[in-house]
Amino acid sequence: MNSMLERLAKEFRITDVVERRPGLTTIKVDKDLAETLIRELRDREGYTHLNFMTAIDRIEDGLFTLVYMLHNYADKSSLSVHVDIEREDAEMTSIHTLWAQAWTYQRELRELWGIRFPGSPRQDEDFCLEGWEDIPPMRREFDTVEFCERTFVSRDGRHSEDPRDHMHEVMFPNRGGDN
Amino acid sequence: MAQLPTHSSAWDMSPPEPVDLSSGKYVKLWQGPQHPGITGNMSLELTLCGDEIVECKTHVGYLHRGFEKFMERRTFIQNFTVVCRIAVPEPTFNEYLYSAAVEELAGIEVPERAQWLRALNLEMMRLASFVMWTGGMSGAFGLYTVPNWTLTYRDYLLDLFEELTGARIYHMYIVPGGVRNPLPDGWKERTLEILKGTEKLLYEVERVMFNNAVFKARSKGLGLITPDMIDPYGIVGPNARACGFARDLRKDEPYLVYDQLDFEVITGTASDAYERAWVRQQEMHQCIDLIRQMLERTPDSGPFQARMPNVLHWKIPPGETYLKAECTRGEYGYYLVTDGSEYLRRVHVRGPSYTHAIAVMERLAVGTNIADIAGLMVSLHTYPPEIER
Repeated sequence: MNSMLERLAKEFRITDVVERRPGLTTIKVDKDLAETLIRELRDREGYTHLNFMTAIDRIEDGLFTLVYMLHNYADKSSLSVHVDIEREDAEMTSIHTLWAQAWTYQRELRELWGIRFPGSPRQDEDFCLEGWEDIPPMRREFDTVEFCERTFVSRDGRHSEDPRDHMHEVMFPNRGGDN
Repeated sequence: MAQLPTHSSAWDMSPPEPVDLSSGKYVKLWQGPQHPGITGNMSLELTLCGDEIVECKTHVGYLHRGFEKFMERRTFIQNFTVVCRIAVPEPTFNEYLYSAAVEELAGIEVPERAQWLRALNLEMMRLASFVMWTGGMSGAFGLYTVPNWTLTYRDYLLDLFEELTGARIYHMYIVPGGVRNPLPDGWKERTLEILKGTEKLLYEVERVMFNNAVFKARSKGLGLITPDMIDPYGIVGPNARACGFARDLRKDEPYLVYDQLDFEVITGTASDAYERAWVRQQEMHQCIDLIRQMLERTPDSGPFQARMPNVLHWKIPPGETYLKAECTRGEYGYYLVTDGSEYLRRVHVRGPSYTHAIAVMERLAVGTNIADIAGLMVSLHTYPPEIER
């Protein structure tokens, strides 16, 4: 761990510091300290570029992991800041005052994952879905096939195969059994 | 290079408050999603006072195909046929980044020859994409001769892709482990011939477009990006370089064989629509030079594909990575999370248009004349598919 991360780890209770490769480190921080840490990283540590924001649905733990990917142009290092939040009534502090593109990401996260960012501009406007009434589609429990079968009608004569089983049958027709 | 901007707490990056339409002073106008001046399928909701834009809201979603969700339900090898469809004019960057990210997580070493072939493919793609963009840019300002020339030359370049990969648009050439095949016989010579023609085309474009009084009058001063916008708005690629920021991932964080190539980062100063076009024009010349360097140095023999596990039963250990490359619009990135299974746990595709076409566009459009909005949008070089993935 470098000296910057050591200092921040004490100050912001950072855990799970993993160097994925030279120039890319992931860290985890508590939800209530995340916005302050990100602001500190931007204003004092040179992480002035927000590459993206996204979420990982950890349905088995009842959590979403929010990912803030930050980049420091001066030392060419990226920091992936992970923040766990509850899946139920998912809500997180907005960072739209830090980067102009952040509120767009937050709009997307509200629409596709159902994570709310109170105070973020145009939060409830449709982003890439229009008039969506189902559960947010990027959640793991959203079943795309079931949704399509319920919503759209297949043309007669069309069928699909499980690609793995199909390829196994084509490549190893005599082997059979478990592939 | 310009000084990095300091952040001011007074800087308000929220969208402006909506105007009062009931006052009778304004007209609401929708431009797109089907409009020749719109780059791709998105729409601009414009509020006009006379012919001046006072508010711009962007709307995306007309091309949303749920790629990220789709990829979470496909095996690692199946996904390489999917990724190229995310950015239509530049599938190759998706192919490379997806493959490289999977290789990093799986610990696969790619042979040197494949690395040269990948870089060559990426630069060919950059040139084809820039050539097409030049046609769009000049068309947006009413110069309709240039698009006819440039689209012809893009087709010549696509002929080369077809010969190399079997496909004109979705090449699926760069695959996990390497590339699908080496260069066909005589391909180098045919490429050099087409590059010679493309170079000539660029000089013609310079005379007809960049020296054109109408183009100059309309694009100079249009859509000015100030240095203090670059980081707060996440502006990258030629849009940032035209503002004096010498940032190019090929130079700053070299990948593939870029550290072995001879080139300099091209920058501008004026940071308006004209300067952005001029930076791209210079980068096309640079691209041709890089392709020539690579054609000379790409090994003619050796493996072009690493030894791979059985891809039908391919499990990748738990991990996380973010890889990026310099595409025509700037930083393009793939964020992958694996959990040890045969499927991706999460994939996020980061395209520069996410900020260029929304936050930047909405800000720069205010105060612009309605006649110039198409030119402004093309000058930012935006692709909606990489916003809505």
